[in-house]
Amino acid sequence: MLAASSVEMRKVNKYYGKFQALKDIDLSIPPGKVTCLIGPSGSGKSTLLRCINFLEEYDSGEVRIDGQLIGYDAPNKKMSGRRLREMRRSIGMVFQQFNLWPHMTARENVAEGLIRVRRISKADADRRASEALAKVGLADKSASHPSRLSGGQQQRVAIARAIAMEPKLMLFDEPTSALDPELVGEVLSVMRTLAGEGMTMVVVTHEMGFAAHVADQVGFMEKGELVSVASPDRILHRPEDARIQSFLRTYHERNSF
Amino acid sequence: MEWSVLQQYGPSLLKGFGNTILCWALGTVFGMALGLVIALIQRYAPRWVTWIVQIYIEVIRGTPFLVQLFVLYYGGPLVGLRLDALPAGLLGLTIYGSPYFAEIFRSGFRAVPDGQIEAARAIGMSESDIVRRILLPLGLVSALPALVNFSIILTKETVILSIITVPELLYQVQRMSAETFRYVEANLVLALFFWGLVETISRVGLRLEARITKHLIERT
Repeated sequence: MLAASSVEMRKVNKYYGKFQALKDIDLSIPPGKVTCLIGPSGSGKSTLLRCINFLEEYDSGEVRIDGQLIGYDAPNKKMSGRRLREMRRSIGMVFQQFNLWPHMTARENVAEGLIRVRRISKADADRRASEALAKVGLADKSASHPSRLSGGQQQRVAIARAIAMEPKLMLFDEPTSALDPELVGEVLSVMRTLAGEGMTMVVVTHEMGFAAHVADQVGFMEKGELVSVASPDRILHRPEDARIQSFLRTYHERNSF
Repeated sequence: MEWSVLQQYGPSLLKGFGNTILCWALGTVFGMALGLVIALIQRYAPRWVTWIVQIYIEVIRGTPFLVQLFVLYYGGPLVGLRLDALPAGLLGLTIYGSPYFAEIFRSGFRAVPDGQIEAARAIGMSESDIVRRILLPLGLVSALPALVNFSIILTKETVILSIITVPELLYQVQRMSAETFRYVEANLVLALFFWGLVETISRVGLRLEARITKHLIERT
């Protein structure tokens, strides 16, 4: 069993100039559980996710990881870069565009954080990187550069890069949205394995099947508001809110033929 | 054409060419180094520092190299900066090239996708590690063609150093011309030398580019 973090968001607001991207977000993410965030594009899902590791700086409210405020020491007083980096060490993130470093091989991509951030020896880092790559089914690709890998393989390397750091919390920002349909499955199956190990996961996704089968709770967002957070069944099969019903109707129309 | 004068002037022409290469190579290396520092300052320093650096960039880019050299070589002593011709020429080339190199590096850095920087931040890498391990290697690759191109332009700027009596190739060619009246021969030699130098640099540049971009080109 992995050590797993909890996340508490209280009254989180985020503005881009006059546009309010997040409106009074309250969200509890329990340890060891999978939380999926769904909703139309531009509804603030990714922004919310990126506030959790402070890649996006929220303007007011609180985001706490295991009770510890991230990004600020006190309201309006930013946390030092060093402390922020310490907190980020135990938060893994996977991006829509993979964001692998193209000048490094798969193994080097995974080992980089271990060497620079965890300060472990190159030999140990290489060994752990190989283990992480094996875990996502890419042991044979460790010497390949990203340009030689398919999108699905690149995203699995990106997941290996995150889990090699032994995070207590994993953030997934639309991890399958940039993939060709036939490559989605391999990424979701790795994520399912992680979820089974008791990792706290927050997943922004358009994969309703994944949300339905893997999530412990699903949050629906629209126009910067977290409209509802409940069990997958409540949100996806018996939604009460008209906005969720309309979103799911559009989704089903688009995915049927 | 009267090529026999070359026998007499050959050694001094070669020496001049050697000085040309020396000035170009060191001027390019120092200019690039200064340009890199400027580009990093522009990216990371507080606003007021970047303003000062921006003024430097505008002034150097907005004035002719010849004028800068005069100011440095003849104006320098007025403020206690007394340099021999060669060091003054080197310093001049370094200063002249730096803002152009800085702009090349800046655009190289901008070509690095934000996501790749964010990925490094997300695992807790320090900014200095991000610069060393991600921003520089990737930014340099994008900047390489423009760096080579500007280095080639700089080869030809070295002739201006003859005006402050740096004994480079043009200086020697002019001396030979004045003493023998063999202007055409002397300038043909000059052209030939420069063509050879530029050709070499561009070939080396292309090789370098092919080598370091090998892994970066997306499979199609």
